[in-house]
Amino acid sequence: MAAKVLIVAEHDGTKLNPSTAKSVTCARGIQGAEIIVAVFAAKPDAVAAQAAQLAGVTRVLTIENAANEHALAAVLAPQVVAVAKDCTHVLAASTTFGKDLMPRVAALLGTAQISDIMAVESANRFRRPIYAGNAIVTVETDPAATIVGTVRSASFEAAASGGSAPIEKASVNVELPTHTRFVSVSAAKNDRPDLQTASRVVSGGRALGSADGFKILYSLADKLGAAVGASRAAVDAGYAPNELQVGQTGKIIAPELYMAVGISGAIQHLTGIKDARTIVAINKDGEAPIFEVADIGLVGDLFQIVPELERLIG
Amino acid sequence: MKRILVGIKRVVDYNVRVRVKPDGTGVVTDGVKMSINPFDEIALEEALRIKERGGAEEVVIATIGPAECQQQLRTALAMGADRALHVQADGVVEPLVAARALLKLIEREQPFLVIVGKQAIDDDNSQTGPMLAALWNRPQVTFASKVELSDGKARVTREVDAGLETLEVDLPALVTTDLRLNEPRYVKLPDIMKAKKKPLETLPLNTLGVEAKQQLKLVKFEPPAQRQKGIRVKDAGELVEALKKKGLI
Repeated sequence: MAAKVLIVAEHDGTKLNPSTAKSVTCARGIQGAEIIVAVFAAKPDAVAAQAAQLAGVTRVLTIENAANEHALAAVLAPQVVAVAKDCTHVLAASTTFGKDLMPRVAALLGTAQISDIMAVESANRFRRPIYAGNAIVTVETDPAATIVGTVRSASFEAAASGGSAPIEKASVNVELPTHTRFVSVSAAKNDRPDLQTASRVVSGGRALGSADGFKILYSLADKLGAAVGASRAAVDAGYAPNELQVGQTGKIIAPELYMAVGISGAIQHLTGIKDARTIVAINKDGEAPIFEVADIGLVGDLFQIVPELERLIG
Repeated sequence: MKRILVGIKRVVDYNVRVRVKPDGTGVVTDGVKMSINPFDEIALEEALRIKERGGAEEVVIATIGPAECQQQLRTALAMGADRALHVQADGVVEPLVAARALLKLIEREQPFLVIVGKQAIDDDNSQTGPMLAALWNRPQVTFASKVELSDGKARVTREVDAGLETLEVDLPALVTTDLRLNEPRYVKLPDIMKAKKKPLETLPLNTLGVEAKQQLKLVKFEPPAQRQKGIRVKDAGELVEALKKKGLI
């Protein structure tokens, strides 16, 4: 049976999330796969147009419904199941969106889910990290079952643009629950690059000492055009907001350059940065575990080094 | 009775550095410290706080796994849960099987709220909560950092990639916990003694009418790829030079 992969697009109503382009690359690893991107939205046209440009996408389906204005798993799941009827695979990014939605889809389909796919070995064989990335397991599913999976964005490059897939409207006739209602979302105002997809990230740990201490990082990040991240310890201490957390239970990222400033390097943090191209560590403790994974290490006082770096980069 | 059901999982303690067995059949768990999954501990803490505020009358704790899981159930009882249900199952319990078993317990116990951790730190699947909510056909709020209950409804703030999102759901509902929801209490010695007298019921998985079907074949386990050893620089100037050499700035 030819593979037919449905990818559930992630978006904010106007912009397609870059993680969707990475899921497309993952799907392209499944030989001969037809790749369909489904856009569930109140007004899907703008997002669908962006999805149609991703190289490798065969078709874009729009499922327009006022109930789809906010991504509510309980509302989306039955629609995804209906659209995925004759698909072999259903994928979404392993972001908070995909982690919320896909297990609900898998349960409705009565199928197991493969979380955090990091490599495609065949249409029904995948590799994924477990134990905070301390082990990699190869899993195989029954090829006859619908395969539901979430895609680890850090493991795949974004699909190039330049495609022009046809966009079709799909109608879904399922009853949608009203027991779950969106109230609000408070996103930190941020003109910096998005942490999840930035090519450069400057991250701070508890050694920054305070929310005020983080200011030197923001300043350096702005010089570098970098996003700002934080360790769990720094977030727990209230020095940085939770959406900046990098690690096993925060964001898993793969920038070209990752600068860990005053971060000791707990296992759960290292899990989040394993795929960074170059890791720079700045820490006053030369024995800190972060130096075991750093490509370039500098032992010293971050409060002197960071402003100096900013000056030298100019 | 106003009841909260909390699901917990026995996992390798978060402080243990997990190693893959040389033959690639799994990870080393012999003689390794086991604990309640930290996110499930947060789930239990939240349930206890709701009960202590008068928002619930009973907190029931449940787990699925081998006989050894009773250690973690006893710990949960010592933390303050009222009684424990042990669904006995040996071997791999996939999230969908766990969700099906928990659904049977929901049907029996009729909780108005079910709380579980957002993920278990062993298989990092992050599936059981939403799967259970789907089978139950009830609302889910994942990655909760704040839970407020009022008259048949819950207002829950969740940690999402964009920031903080607040949802309102009708009860009964399922919540999965994120790190910053609360800080679990420490267990005191007298409570450990008291916990020994609290009810703990064992239910073999097959008596619930749930099949322990394994859908995913675990082909092999490997350690992650190691990074190349890096270099050390002396000062900010050398660091900038090194970054320039790599074409990074």
